Amino acid sequence: MNPGMDCKEAEEAVHGYVDGELDRAAAARVDAHIRGCAQCRRLYERERQMSASLRQAAERFTAPADLGQRIGAALEMAAKPASREHAVSWRQLGLAASFLLVAVISSALTFRFSVPGETDRQGEEVISGHVRALVANHMTDVASSDQHTVKPWFNGKLDLSPPVVDLAREEFPLVGGRLDYVDGHPVAALVYRHRQHPITLYVWVDGSAGDGAARHLSRRGYNALGWTLKGTVFWAVSDINAEDLQRFAELLKSQA
Amino acid sequence: MSEQDRVKRFERLALPHLNDAYNLARWLTRDAQDADDVVQEAYLRAFRYFDGFKGDKARPWLLSIVRRVAYDWLERNRPSTVVRLDEAFRDGEPEPASSSAAVQPLDPEAHLLRATELRELNQAIADLPTQFREILVLRELHELSYKDIADIAAIPIGTVMSRLARARRLLKEALTRRPPREAINGA
Ligand SMILES: [Zn+2]
Repeated sequence: MNPGMDCKEAEEAVHGYVDGELDRAAAARVDAHIRGCAQCRRLYERERQMSASLRQAAERFTAPADLGQRIGAALEMAAKPASREHAVSWRQLGLAASFLLVAVISSALTFRFSVPGETDRQGEEVISGHVRALVANHMTDVASSDQHTVKPWFNGKLDLSPPVVDLAREEFPLVGGRLDYVDGHPVAALVYRHRQHPITLYVWVDGSAGDGAARHLSRRGYNALGWTLKGTVFWAVSDINAEDLQRFAELLKSQA
Repeated sequence: MSEQDRVKRFERLALPHLNDAYNLARWLTRDAQDADDVVQEAYLRAFRYFDGFKGDKARPWLLSIVRRVAYDWLERNRPSTVVRLDEAFRDGEPEPASSSAAVQPLDPEAHLLRATELRELNQAIADLPTQFREILVLRELHELSYKDIADIAAIPIGTVMSRLARARRLLKEALTRRPPREAINGA
């Protein structure tokens, strides 16, 4: 048998050779061939260069800074159903909070498999809006912790003057506001913060809505909590846990 | 093991590969938000399958789940990008006439590193059919062995080799087809 290699064979083996994936015998045969064949040597050089250039020049995408945290939070939620046996911890949570938590857990588990209902749609939309602002790194059009700066900023931009309250002492400092869109309509988006986590509070007027029951939704590690007061719709969205978001909502309602 | 310990153990094993997972998802979906969604879903899925994970190589295991979730996502949202390419580039199809013997009018490799052309290189990779793009990314960016790539993509090693060769050739052709720099920059 002829241990040599023809050009066609060398061409087929050149990628494995460049990638260091040939066994020793095969590599030796390619090696012998390209020493003796200028054409295949050029091919090898080109492929080697191509591979090296790709490694240097192709873009390596890095995960968003908070993705790990969001995954951690989603994992915690996914792991929690097992703690249902621990009745004490459930009782400690209080009835309202535990209902909310059950809903959050089950929606986290059925993530992407559930068909969004009519009320869910709004929640989906405000979560998307919040995420869009995060990804674009554009949470605020007006950045200020002063309610007397943020509130007038919306004048003339919207047909409502959103209530802006200062919750800094309750660990929810105001960060600013922006104009956002829900259902294609401009809405007020107030931005608060809890520790390092931003919260968007969406506010718009829907005269037909009246006072509605609280709604909640969890998607992709984000929680959305919605309620209606005298024809004004509110949605709070954040990656903070459902209990903290609930506390935020209660604080707002108590100051309204 | 308590459920919390299980989460901690999973996080220690899987979170170090977050950037790898994201990079692959991003190259497969070609969209930042979609990659974000795919990675989150992949981690949740990986956590559900965690008990079945016996091996010591967490990275290929995790990437194979990212890949599967990304393909599910593509099939749900952009079915044409997956199906059409399968039909157009069947494995085992005879290779087109060898290009190495032909005179190459341009030298694409030599141009690769020019800053002005980085965007075009990355665009050319993004434009590759998914099956070739994934092999190229796994090999050149994640520097995985043919064996690991074969496991991740659930194809034989021979197919890894032929797809990689095809990916590189398609990329080279795409870069060679581009108009010369003078034409791009204008007079
Ligand atoms: Zn030769």
